[in-house]
Amino acid sequence: MVKASNRTIIIKSIVAIIFALIWVFPVVWLLLSSFKPGSELFTYPLTLFPKDWSADGYVSTFQRYNILQSTYNTAFITIFATIITLVISCMCGFALAKYHYKWLSAFFMCMLATTMLPTEVIMSPSFTVILNLGLYNSLWGAIIPTVGTMTGVFLMRQFFISVPNELLEAARIDGANEGRSFLQIMVPLCRSQIAILAIFSFRWRWNDYIWPLLALTDPTKYTMQLQLRTLSGAESVDWSALLSFSVITMIPVLVVFIIFNRQIMSSEVSSGVKG
Amino acid sequence: MKKKKNSLDHNQGWALLFCGPNILFFIIFFLWPAVIGLYYSFTNYDGWRNMDFIGLKNYIDLFQDSQFYSVFWNTVKYVVVSVPLGMVVSLFLAMLLNDETIKGNSFTRVLVYWPTLLSTIMVGVTWKWIFGESFGVANYIIQGMGLPKVGWFSTPTAAFWTTIIASVWSGCGVNMLIYLGGLKQIPADLYEAATIDGANTWQRFRNITIPSLKPVTFMILLTSMINAFKVFAMVQTLTNGGPGTATTYMIQYIYQTGFTRNRHGYASAASMILFVVLLLISFFQTRLNAKSEE
Repeated sequence: MVKASNRTIIIKSIVAIIFALIWVFPVVWLLLSSFKPGSELFTYPLTLFPKDWSADGYVSTFQRYNILQSTYNTAFITIFATIITLVISCMCGFALAKYHYKWLSAFFMCMLATTMLPTEVIMSPSFTVILNLGLYNSLWGAIIPTVGTMTGVFLMRQFFISVPNELLEAARIDGANEGRSFLQIMVPLCRSQIAILAIFSFRWRWNDYIWPLLALTDPTKYTMQLQLRTLSGAESVDWSALLSFSVITMIPVLVVFIIFNRQIMSSEVSSGVKG
Repeated sequence: MKKKKNSLDHNQGWALLFCGPNILFFIIFFLWPAVIGLYYSFTNYDGWRNMDFIGLKNYIDLFQDSQFYSVFWNTVKYVVVSVPLGMVVSLFLAMLLNDETIKGNSFTRVLVYWPTLLSTIMVGVTWKWIFGESFGVANYIIQGMGLPKVGWFSTPTAAFWTTIIASVWSGCGVNMLIYLGGLKQIPADLYEAATIDGANTWQRFRNITIPSLKPVTFMILLTSMINAFKVFAMVQTLTNGGPGTATTYMIQYIYQTGFTRNRHGYASAASMILFVVLLLISFFQTRLNAKSEE
């Protein structure tokens, strides 16, 4: 790199700080607003910090909306979808990397093509499929359709390509069958990839909207996103409840991000696609 | 020889077993809906009783439907503004935050990245709160500067820009990281040699940075365009497609036509048109990319 002078560094730092503030402001504003009492939300002059801090919004949200139920639903969907995604993506990625058949590469092309036709585009027919499979209004209707993800398979395939074939050959010579060498040699190797995919999948499913929207109709089965959507789509928005509810929905993702931010940000570069 | 062939066939069974679940899910939740969608687009399916084959009528009607044109045009406008703007901001941020000698940079990167973790609805709620017409902080600041307040959700142009701002804000983080990865790949001696030859900052940017980032840029362009075309929940939360239908984009139109007005056949025809658009975009970009690499 060309050595930067002190002046450039100062200018760059100032610009960077400005951008950081712009980027962080919206959510900080939302967070601080959620601690304002209802009367203070809409009265000018606005202040960044609440004049008197109050958790009323949170209390009334907990009382009036069944947050525990929707948290449970969301967690249920997230956990089971993630487990299934991990298992099948790992297997499929392994097969795509280590076997070479024409139909396999054809299938890989098909997987890549799924990005061209996202579920958002074909919601009506996807709904028909859910209905025909008897998944309508069941939490599994928001789980099963989501588990086959191109990004997950791609992530695993890229990893297994980097694993030397000799490992597999050696196991074959020792008489291990493919299933055993996959389970005993390959799976332990890709632990860090599994962790990354688990984090990604957690975020996708926690924030998912489309499949829960299609599959779930009973309010007791609603996920947090559906409830958030109902709250924010109301004729007259109950901002006090909406603000605190939206803060609650983002806590889990925020916690996971704080713990794993290094892994998340470095893996984003290599995958770069959304599930 | 014979034994080898046998073991290969044997492995083929294993490969099928390993891929089985994904193949199954691909067929059930991608191929099947796609085929049904294509079929629906030739029918008058209303989600309940009627499903008569009506040939190309939906397509013919769509091409004469002024509402469809206006939605399609809105969507194209949204894509054409939000994608390049998002890319320029991402590249700018990547170059700004690339310098490892500045201590705060890695933290700033975290701050810029993290809105990408929010759900699309959450992004909508966040900006809806900021742009609230009589209570939002945006109008408060604007009025503080002595300007008249903006009807963010009641004037079409302002509403359009709220969707753009929300999309750039929430999408930049990922693209910035990908650009940062690209910048790190450019050998430092290229810049040094150029400096010795007397190239100024702009010339270095124009002749080294831009060409080196070409493959990355193509990738970001393709994914951002597809993501922009399928924008739905964020805009639905933020503006609900309004005022009128000024910010109703394709997916919301398809959703409303199908599920609110029960015209699943008509909605599916619109889906197929959008699918063809996405297909053409990726086709041309892959071609263009291949050409530029020759």
